[in-house]
Amino acid sequence: MNWETVIGLEVHVQLATKTKIFSAASTAFGAAPNTQACEIDLAMPGTLPVVNKQAIDYAVMFGLAIDAEIGKTSVFERKNYFYPDLPKGYQTTQLEQPVVGPGVVDIQLDNGDTKSIRIHHAHLEEDAGKSLHEGNFRSGVSGIDLNRAGTPLIEIVSEPDMRTAEEAVAFAKKLHSIVTSLGICDGEMSQGSMRFDVNISIRPQGEDKLGTRTETKNLNSFKFMEDAIRLEVERQIDVLEDGGEVVQETRLYNGETKVARSMRSKEEANDYRYFPCPDLLPVVISDEHVEQLRANLPELPDARQQRFMAEYELSQYDATVLSADASTASYFEQAAKQSGNPKLTANWVAGELSARLNIEAISLEQSPVTAEQLAGLVIRIADNTISGKMAKQVFEGIWNGEGDADQIIEQRGLKQVSDSGALEAMVDEVLANNQAMVDDYINTDADKRKKKLGGFMGQIMKASKGQANPQQVSQILAQKLAKML
Amino acid sequence: MSIEKQTIENLATLARLAIDDTRVEEMSQRLGSVLELVDQLKAADTSGLSGLDHPLNETQRLREDTVNKPNMREAFQAIAPDTEGDLYLVPKVID
Repeated sequence: MNWETVIGLEVHVQLATKTKIFSAASTAFGAAPNTQACEIDLAMPGTLPVVNKQAIDYAVMFGLAIDAEIGKTSVFERKNYFYPDLPKGYQTTQLEQPVVGPGVVDIQLDNGDTKSIRIHHAHLEEDAGKSLHEGNFRSGVSGIDLNRAGTPLIEIVSEPDMRTAEEAVAFAKKLHSIVTSLGICDGEMSQGSMRFDVNISIRPQGEDKLGTRTETKNLNSFKFMEDAIRLEVERQIDVLEDGGEVVQETRLYNGETKVARSMRSKEEANDYRYFPCPDLLPVVISDEHVEQLRANLPELPDARQQRFMAEYELSQYDATVLSADASTASYFEQAAKQSGNPKLTANWVAGELSARLNIEAISLEQSPVTAEQLAGLVIRIADNTISGKMAKQVFEGIWNGEGDADQIIEQRGLKQVSDSGALEAMVDEVLANNQAMVDDYINTDADKRKKKLGGFMGQIMKASKGQANPQQVSQILAQKLAKML
Repeated sequence: MSIEKQTIENLATLARLAIDDTRVEEMSQRLGSVLELVDQLKAADTSGLSGLDHPLNETQRLREDTVNKPNMREAFQAIAPDTEGDLYLVPKVID
C-alpha cells in the first residue's frame, strides 16, 4: 500500500532577551549552575512575576513576520504538572488567548515550488530548568540547575501541513531563518535555542481522515529531525502493515545512537488542568505599538532573497542560500561590495567557505577568513591573477592565517601567466616537441578534433607548472592548430 | 451531587495529595457541592458576554529588559533541603 505521511511541528524558540520572562535574572548562556536563578525563578513563597516587555515585543515581531493576527489581549495560564526542574509546580504559558494567532510560513521545495505551511498559533511561555542525571554529585539522586528556568520561549505550533521529512526540515530552517533575521533568537541549536517536537502520522494515500499520531520530542538539530521522522514513518508503516495499530504516545529520539523509544502513552498522559494565572493580568498591546514594531521590522529572508536576485543578479538558488540567515547575508554583502563581483563572491561563500565551515563544524562568526579577505581573493580570481585552482590554495593559506590573498600569492609565487607573448611561446614549444600529437590532430576527422585538445592543454599546463591562464591558452592553441590544417 | 471515587483518586494523584480512603466519600460530597454552585452559575444567561480573564479590570504592567538580580545562590542553597556543589539535589528523576 502507498502511505502518505502527515507532519506537524511544535517549535520552541528561546527569545534573545537579557532577562527572564517573569524576573530580572540574566538569561546569559553558560553561567555556573544556579547563579542566574532568582527567588522568582525558584518559586519562593510570596514572590510574584513581572512580565518582560521585550519578550512580548519579540513575540509580536514574530507574529508580524508571518502575517499572523496579533492577540491584542493575551492571557497567561498555568499548566499544572510536577517535575523538579519546574519549581512552581506549573508552567506559566498561554492557551486560550495566545499572543500570536494564525499565520503562514512559505517554504521552498526542491523542485523550486513554494508551499505555504499554516501556523495554528504561537504562544509565550517560560522554559524549565535542567535535570542532570549524573555529574559531580552522589549517585541515586538528580541534580537541578535552574539557570534556564524562566527563560522566555515562544512555542510555534504548525498545522499538519507537511508531507515529507524534507518539507519539515525546510519549514524548520525557514523558521530559524526568520527568527534569526528578526534578531529575536540567537539560533544556536547546539545550545538548545531552538527545539522541535514532531507530530507524525501516516494514512493510506487518498484517505482524508488523519491516522493516529505520535510525538517525537526535543530534537535540536535539523539532521536529527530528518532522521527521526524517517525512522518513525518506517516504524508506523511496519506496525500497520503487520496488522497492528499505532498507539498515540510521546517518543524520544537519540541522535547519537539513532534509536527512538516510547516515553509515555496517552493513558498515562498528564492532565494539565490549565486555568488563567491569577498572578498575571491580561497583557494588552495597543494598535499603535504594533504598528511601531511593524515599521521597525528588520529585513526578512524572503525580501532579502528578492533583493539579492535584483541587486546582485544572483540565481534563485544562490539568493536563497545566502539570504537564509542574517550573518551569512551580511558576510556575503560585505564581500560582494568590496570585490565588486557578486556572482563570484556568491560561489565562494556558498561553496568553498560553507563547505569548510561545515567540515570544521564552526559558525560563520568564527570563520578565520574574513569577508574582506574573501573579497581580496575574489578580486584576484576576477582579474586573472590566479586561476580557480590556485585560488583554492590561496584560500587554504588565508584559512590557516598566512595572511591576505595578495601576500600569499606573492609568497607562494602563484601568479598566473596571462602575458600573451609568453603563453604563445609556451604553446609553440609544446607543439614543436609533440609532432606526433600534432600529426594525429591534423589527420583526425574535423568533428572529432575537439576531443584531442585536452592532451595539448595538459602538456601546456604542465610546462607552465600550472600557472598558465587556461582560457587564454585554449584560445591560442585553437588558433595555432587551425593554421596548421 | 457526588463525584466518582476514581475521579477523586485521579485528581489526588495529579495534585500529589495523599487522600486517605476513609476521606474519599467526604471529598466527593464537598467537591460535589462546589460543582453544584457552578451549575447554579451556569443557569445565568451569559450570551453576548466575553469571558473574564481576571477579576481586576486592569492590564498587566510590563518591565524593561534590564538585569538587576544578583547571584544569591549561597543564600538560596543554605535553605534548600539538599544541595551538592552548584546543584540542588532531588530524588532521582527518570523520563
